[in-house]
Amino acid sequence: MTAGYNTTSLGTGRKEFNPKKPRPGLEHYIKEAGKGVLDQIGGPEHVDESVIGNFMAARFNKQANLPGFIPYIDEGLQWKPATSVEGACGSGGLALMNGIKTVLAETADVVLALGVEVQNTVKAVYGADILAGAGWYQRRKEGHAYFFPGQFSDRAGAYYEKYGYDRARKGMARWYANAIENARLDQNAQEFQNLVKDPYAQAYSLKPNGRSFVDHLTILDCSKVSDGASAIAICSEEGLEKIGVDKKDAAEVVGWAQVIRNITNDPAELTVLETIKKASHQALESAGITVDQLGTLEVHDCFSIAGILVIEALGLAKPGEGCDYVASGKTSHNGELPTNTTGGLIGWGHPTGATGVHQAVTIWQQLTGKAGKAQIELKADKPYGMTINMGGDDVTVIAIVYKRGE
Amino acid sequence: MTYDERLQHVSVLGAAGKMGSGILLLTALEMADLSLKPENKDKSFVLNAIDVSPAGLSGLMKYLRDQVRKAAEKKTVLLRQLYADRDDLIENYDIIDEYIFDVMNIVRPVTGIEAAYQSNLIFEAVSENKDLKVKLLSAIDKNNPNQPWYFTNTSSVPINLVEKEAGIKGRILGFHFYNPPAIQRLVELILTSNTTQEVVDFAHQYAKNLRKVVVLSNDIAGFIGNGHFMRDALHGIKEAEELAAENEFSLYKAIYMVNKVTQDYLVRPMGIFQLIDYVGIDVVKFILNVMNPFVGDENLHSDLLDKLMLQGVMGGQLSNGAQKDGFFKYKSGLITAVWDIHKQEYVGLEEFKEDCDEMLGELPENKVAWKDIMRAQDKEAKLTAFFNDMKNLDALGAAIAIDYGLRSKEIGLKLVKDEVAHTHNDVNTVMLTGFYHAYGPINDFFD
Repeated sequence: MTAGYNTTSLGTGRKEFNPKKPRPGLEHYIKEAGKGVLDQIGGPEHVDESVIGNFMAARFNKQANLPGFIPYIDEGLQWKPATSVEGACGSGGLALMNGIKTVLAETADVVLALGVEVQNTVKAVYGADILAGAGWYQRRKEGHAYFFPGQFSDRAGAYYEKYGYDRARKGMARWYANAIENARLDQNAQEFQNLVKDPYAQAYSLKPNGRSFVDHLTILDCSKVSDGASAIAICSEEGLEKIGVDKKDAAEVVGWAQVIRNITNDPAELTVLETIKKASHQALESAGITVDQLGTLEVHDCFSIAGILVIEALGLAKPGEGCDYVASGKTSHNGELPTNTTGGLIGWGHPTGATGVHQAVTIWQQLTGKAGKAQIELKADKPYGMTINMGGDDVTVIAIVYKRGE
Repeated sequence: MTYDERLQHVSVLGAAGKMGSGILLLTALEMADLSLKPENKDKSFVLNAIDVSPAGLSGLMKYLRDQVRKAAEKKTVLLRQLYADRDDLIENYDIIDEYIFDVMNIVRPVTGIEAAYQSNLIFEAVSENKDLKVKLLSAIDKNNPNQPWYFTNTSSVPINLVEKEAGIKGRILGFHFYNPPAIQRLVELILTSNTTQEVVDFAHQYAKNLRKVVVLSNDIAGFIGNGHFMRDALHGIKEAEELAAENEFSLYKAIYMVNKVTQDYLVRPMGIFQLIDYVGIDVVKFILNVMNPFVGDENLHSDLLDKLMLQGVMGGQLSNGAQKDGFFKYKSGLITAVWDIHKQEYVGLEEFKEDCDEMLGELPENKVAWKDIMRAQDKEAKLTAFFNDMKNLDALGAAIAIDYGLRSKEIGLKLVKDEVAHTHNDVNTVMLTGFYHAYGPINDFFD
């Protein structure tokens, strides 16, 4: 993968965001991100086909048939194949998988993979309805007004009960502080301009209030409502040559897994992200590495508790100790395993259908030394990066392992 | 009659007015929430929105729809519980739409007073005219078999007089909302010497359900809020006039300066002249006229306001909430020019602002903005430091501010002495919650 590009993640937190004023639409983001890639690969003529990941443009923007917007990026993409894929917030990851498989099937040498979502078209209370589509609609009626925060609030509540409230909240507050501190390193991040002096204290002192929101989470435990797009080129070795990009400037995909859980079932155990556990281990296995060899991670922290549960699912900490692992600073920017180095879904933003692609762009930047202020230093014995992208409540999961091309 | 039964049939008089529409909105929400209780599901709830203006009522219904949507969006978590048994309402969208319908379905916009003949509770929010109020309330009382209770929103008419002249002994109290009622948390409660305990208990319950802060005032013209504001405003006018005379410059400059001092130096949400514009020069003059006969030793009157009225300079707000021009000309809510009463035209700030600011002198270095101080945890300490430094400044602005702060305190103390307010704390509560002041007028900052 190479030539990644992220638009700004626009929404509350950004100074230029004003909910009362007109904002760029879906087509703007698709074009900006797509062009951002084309400019790095010598133009549209090198693209064999495109795939676009999106969750709910049909409701947020009353727009379907998204492949039709690929030639809007550049006329040169017209008359070529394009596909759209959907798996809720895992849509971006599915777009990547689709591109990887197409390249492996040798039906394309260069695939433009793009993810996009424009969610600020409705207020949060209605956005919650739309996002609830990532769950089983038959369960919507009994769900919370803020459906997904409600689902993960239940998970957080179960975690507090099993492992202790205060320990868990400390880990979650540290997760939030990392997200904000890392977002300040990337000018496209939604929380880039966040000036709060002590985000840890802010998050730790804020208590969940079920009367105005959900029982076990505060708004700081939640990812953002975002508009944005990300894109990246997925290439074969021949493809890289064709576009004239050195392998060192590309991230090699060395392993992956794509795992689905039955959406009509409740999670077997609230404190375990079973699908993520399966997918991440399969991905490590397919890459032939162990978790200790990972030098950086991009995980799907739609909620801080999800971030902690991913740490446990990966086996980095025992069940119930993910919160301590995070609280001790191991996932911080200068920690043992820098995680979500530009803020993740809580700090950078969560344009749902774009998130999977955004994760890949971030890992590519880190592995190839293009992460700017957010750049981490990778140790020789930990050269691998990993993305974990999730759709719904641990339903559609894509895990990919990367290392710098050589 | 229980609380719920009392609220089954209610009327708001003057429902299309600024205060009336807010009262109607809050009451409609409260009644709708009662109607959604399982035990009330078979009962009917009726809220008459009575106003002489058909156009006003039409605007009211639109205002109501928008505001109910906002309220519903804020309490969707609760609404999902209230509609839990409705299998057809699944998404927040569905539930919010149904709630808006349920609230609107209670409201009957009408122009005739007859609708109130069946009500148990009447909110009165017509213009500040005692005779009109008496006429309406006695007409309703003669024709209404329910011995209804009357909640008047008057801010200046003595309620004992209305009670006596309308012949509604014991069944009236003052329930004075602040503008806008949907947002302002303060309610001044004013009892007559006859108001029965049952009515008072209901009023407290109703205020509590609306999440309002209640302050008891005595039935003396202006009560606490206007009792302070009107005198404070007259003081501002007097200061400006003296400042202009002493320095031999035009009054508009002095108005700009006193406004700036009362906002920036006294750390208030807006300067005194902007506040008069906000309330409306006509409304202020009207309230002064209503209060003046009842205040004895004082003369609550301003020639300046009379002149402005004659020149057609009124202030107040457009129906969309935008500020109309008064002492000042506004653009997007910001002051851009000041009215020159002699030339009868607005003079742009850029022409004189710098000179006036220079005359006022610097603010203390540790200056605090109203917006920040409202959120500050160590408010008291910050204000003390700021005002102490101000006292040590040898500057015109600081001197006016200290004098103003002392006068404001004097007005507050007099309200307690005159038994308008029961305690110092009540006066401060009214100014803190009703006027969004950062500190109460009765303080030791300026001594």
